[in-house]
Amino acid sequence: MTATTANTDVLGSLLTRLTGDEKHAPSANSTLDVLWVLYDRILRITPDTADAPDRDRFLLSKGHGPAAYYAVLAAKGFIGEDWLDDLGGRHSRLGHHPDRTLIPGVEVGTGSLGHGLGLAVGTALGLRAQGFLDTRTFVLLGDAELDEGANHEAIAYAAAVRLPLTAIVIDNQSATHGWPGGIAARFLGWPASIVDGRDHDALAHALAARHPDRPNVVIATVERKGR
Amino acid sequence: MRETFVATTTALLDEDPRTAVVLADISADALAPAMRRHPDRVLNVGIREQLMTGVAGGLALTGLRPFVHSYAPFVIDRTYEQIKLDLGHQDAGAVLVSIGGSYDGSNVGYTHHSPGDVALLDTLDGWTVHVPGHPDEVPPLLRAAARTDDRVYVRLSAQQNQRAYGTGTRLQVLRRGWAGAPVVLAVGPMLDPVLDAVAGMDVTVGYTATPRPFDADGLRALVNRDVIVVEPYLSGTSSRPVAEALADVPHRALHLGVGRTEVRHYGSIADHARTHGLDPAGLRRSIGAFLDGR
Repeated sequence: MTATTANTDVLGSLLTRLTGDEKHAPSANSTLDVLWVLYDRILRITPDTADAPDRDRFLLSKGHGPAAYYAVLAAKGFIGEDWLDDLGGRHSRLGHHPDRTLIPGVEVGTGSLGHGLGLAVGTALGLRAQGFLDTRTFVLLGDAELDEGANHEAIAYAAAVRLPLTAIVIDNQSATHGWPGGIAARFLGWPASIVDGRDHDALAHALAARHPDRPNVVIATVERKGR
Repeated sequence: MRETFVATTTALLDEDPRTAVVLADISADALAPAMRRHPDRVLNVGIREQLMTGVAGGLALTGLRPFVHSYAPFVIDRTYEQIKLDLGHQDAGAVLVSIGGSYDGSNVGYTHHSPGDVALLDTLDGWTVHVPGHPDEVPPLLRAAARTDDRVYVRLSAQQNQRAYGTGTRLQVLRRGWAGAPVVLAVGPMLDPVLDAVAGMDVTVGYTATPRPFDADGLRALVNRDVIVVEPYLSGTSSRPVAEALADVPHRALHLGVGRTEVRHYGSIADHARTHGLDPAGLRRSIGAFLDGR
């Protein structure tokens, strides 16, 4: 856990550089720990392989509040740390929603909710059609984002065609009407694991599990939004 | 034209491992043989059009060349935001192939009509639009689209001209009037009704199956003063590129096409063409009145 704490400190300073807010604790970023675990322990992708056809794919569907994403990309060398200094500025490549054409390592430009899962299904289908069977596709959504109906087209279809694909839902209980019965129940046919979204080992264990003939979902629970 | 699309994409799937087809149930039966041969590249997502376009974006991001096919109101109107974001914003390409544009579904009502498809794509950057007027124009357009990563829309119609014309990107002059004659530009299947309508009139008739990008130079070279555009979708769709092409040329313009008012009757395609004034008699009335007003 010592190494993890050190990394979190680095990310904290990168986040401060992004936001200029000294009090901006890493815990304010619901996606920070999941993103770090993905890039540190799970994804087979580096700045040198960011365009390799068989690289693992990570799609950030929940494009809102990408500070944690940018901090992790900087910590892993996809972008320079100096990119963080002008978030949303006229000459910055980093906006308040990420643009794939401006940022190395970013697979999709998102912001409008409910687009990442469909793009991820297409990505996984394209990789399978080209024989990249060891390549994994991950997509990260928020629990409120699940309100968008487009997600449910993708959830049902991926299950029906047993498409290997890993969705991660960050659950900070921000959906206005909630998800009575739980989020996992919305992913019919998807093996689900529910983990502490701040526990790196638990996240890594859940994310490393491979389901070669079906989609799976990892629900990462973090503090309720606004608390 | 739908049969030609099925035959051409089936051949492309055999020839080019980059080719993929994404369906939302429409035409799935016709493409079933291709799906059996290429189950990883012919994908029917069910009645899920948002997903259909999102999947196409994802396929394109991995290097494939997706053809996306459905009725025009479903592949364009319904998925406008997916077209804007899952393709355009990702800088990803796809070939959208529709049937049933405008009032081809003449007896099934407005839910299955899409007069506004080309106008919707006109709000977005970088779309090539093909409106073939004959089935023989379809294969070369689809094959050319397969070789690029561009964003391409192919609008297939149940209406067609008696013969095929070339599919180059420039306007073709099919009939030349006197040097200063009014120019009538017909898009795709509007050509035969236009040729009927202007019989005996001293006009130049131009044709294109590729209204976008618009051949501004070709139009400027033809137009002396009067220009009439007849297109098989929402009237005035091409008024902006025509105005831009002729921005510094004194001119008069008439734009004919499908009206904005929702038509709440059924019947045949010919019945709807009459309602919108796009039959030869209606076109002749509109064109004649415009030219008499000079």
